Amino acid sequence: MSTSVARDITSEIIDSLRQPFNAAIEQRSQALEQFKKLGLPGSRHEEYRFTPVTRYLEKNFSWTKNDIEGNIASAVGFLIPQLDANVLVLVNGKFNASLSKVISPASEITITTLSEAIRSQHVAVNEYFNKFVSNESDAFAAMNSAFWQEGIFVHVPENTPVEKPVFILHLNDATSAQVVTQTRILAVIEKGATVSVIEKSDSIGENTIFHNFAEEWIVKEGAHLEYCKIQNDSGKICQVSNSVIHQSAASKLNTFTLTLDGQLIRNNLHILIDGEQCESHFYGLYLLTGNTLADNHTVVDHKKPNSFSNEMYKGIMDGNSKGVFNGKIYVRPHAQKTNAFQSNRNIIISDTATVNTKPQLEIWADDVKCSHGCTSGQLDEGALFYLRSRGIAEANAKAMLLYAFAAEVLEPIQNHTLKAYLDNLIADRLQKNF
Amino acid sequence: MLNIKNLQAKIGEKQILNGIDLKVNAGEVHAIMGPNGSGKSTLASVLSGREEYEVTGGEVDFLGKDLLELSPEDRAREGIFMAFQYPVEIPGVSTINFMKTALNQIREYRGQQALDAVSFLQLMKEKMKLVAIDQSLLNRSLNEGFSGGEKKRNEIFQMAMLEPKLAILDETDSGLDIDALRIVANGVNKLRNKNNATIVVTHYQRLLDYIVPDYVHVLYKGKIVKSGTKELALELEAKGYDWIKSEVTVA
Repeated sequence: MSTSVARDITSEIIDSLRQPFNAAIEQRSQALEQFKKLGLPGSRHEEYRFTPVTRYLEKNFSWTKNDIEGNIASAVGFLIPQLDANVLVLVNGKFNASLSKVISPASEITITTLSEAIRSQHVAVNEYFNKFVSNESDAFAAMNSAFWQEGIFVHVPENTPVEKPVFILHLNDATSAQVVTQTRILAVIEKGATVSVIEKSDSIGENTIFHNFAEEWIVKEGAHLEYCKIQNDSGKICQVSNSVIHQSAASKLNTFTLTLDGQLIRNNLHILIDGEQCESHFYGLYLLTGNTLADNHTVVDHKKPNSFSNEMYKGIMDGNSKGVFNGKIYVRPHAQKTNAFQSNRNIIISDTATVNTKPQLEIWADDVKCSHGCTSGQLDEGALFYLRSRGIAEANAKAMLLYAFAAEVLEPIQNHTLKAYLDNLIADRLQKNF
Repeated sequence: MLNIKNLQAKIGEKQILNGIDLKVNAGEVHAIMGPNGSGKSTLASVLSGREEYEVTGGEVDFLGKDLLELSPEDRAREGIFMAFQYPVEIPGVSTINFMKTALNQIREYRGQQALDAVSFLQLMKEKMKLVAIDQSLLNRSLNEGFSGGEKKRNEIFQMAMLEPKLAILDETDSGLDIDALRIVANGVNKLRNKNNATIVVTHYQRLLDYIVPDYVHVLYKGKIVKSGTKELALELEAKGYDWIKSEVTVA
């Protein structure tokens, strides 16, 4: 059985990560039991069929005790230029106060480390920490809940628009040895509040990195969350993230996930629409080269009637890269008048790149509007010829078409500085240098 | 300017051009007419470098260069412009941005300096008037949601911007009402001068009332079977193509 192999590494990992639990001891112990029960997903696990995280961890890591201190003197090179934001930096899973700064007034937002928030028994932490994260179904989520090192806690009080965005940076220093980090976010956006959060991971050094990441976002009645995840770490990183977003009535959500680099990236994004009149836009773009494998598994769960969700993920695969997309839409029996749309479009530009895409709709309500579509193909030859027939070199014409395809997903992003930064990353990747 | 000798081409296994001979000099307008399936659009496609077509014989000289050896972009840079019968829609690429890239790549090829934003805008405004096209249309994604007339006007606008030596208009009249046809033809006529040439590919005589040709050629079964002056077009309009077909069969 393939699972027995997975179980060996599960206990190796447990032995290597186990330390006396400090904060949230009871929850950690429960999660550890879940993790043991689930074991790491083997190659036949339905949800990880195309994305062999377990094999990667077996091959590329030695599971002896490792707790490497990071040494990064400045975060400047990893920041978004000109973005006036609250900056929170975690280095090798530990909070780094000297690289961080909170500029928003305390009346607008509370930002602390998660361990501090648990210690001080913040009421929102007591209520929501570990509440929605998928410990029962995903081994990596359970692993994080058992072994998380540090995290960021964000709380926005009722009816408060937070003016400056929150920028959370996960840095890994793999200069001297392999790094295993487990970080976490809990964000609670109270009724009618608005906040924008950007999250980015990056690294230095040549050794392998495993970053296991979990996050919980609570978006209460009428609140509004803009959330952008940037994955352009060109180090030897394997990242698994489990993100759960819980929406209450009339809340609004805009998410955007950009994946450019990394060796093996798995994003589990789970959106629970647990109220009426909600609006959720979740967009993603993966522009892959080399041997990168990026897997976006998304779930949108319509639990209540009269809400709207719109998902658009696009990918361009070059080199030997692999793209994976799985989009589940659940519409529960009571969730009448749901509008749920999903599209996944892929362009493959090399002979050795691949993509696996799978939409899964499970609809129990009968009065709904749902649609999905996925396409995988090459560049449109007719469009390419048209541009060339006007004197544009083939390489530029290709870049122009790929860029146009990709840039569509940036449209909903409101912050101009962020948008320009993302636009640059995309143009660079697609060599749109004219 | 353009000298086509015994040009033969096929698509897949289907032979379409069976030996075309045609000579076009600067200052001339040539009309290529013919029934459906005679190879008119194939000829236009082969000249512009569409890769689905395989040239199986013959040669094409354009201003001293072997045209068939050139990539589509180099043909454009040498001065060939094709106005498409069905201009493609390209979401996310505006006409303005794409024209700027095209124009500057052509200029670079010719050893000219790139136009700065101000000069480009000036040039664009001047050319927009030719085909009565609105700037808001040019800011939009290329041809996306454009009406048939808007698409064809956009083709002629691009032609005006790039100032080709040889323009090939492939069924430019298809899908146009009479007003749009007049605007498009008017644009083409204003761009005519003694240094450039135009090939008008059309099924109907109608367009030739507005763009008056110096020569008319009838294409049938992949060959030019009859050439004449503009009166030939009128004769075709009156009698249809059947008499040509029977002439060919008899011969």
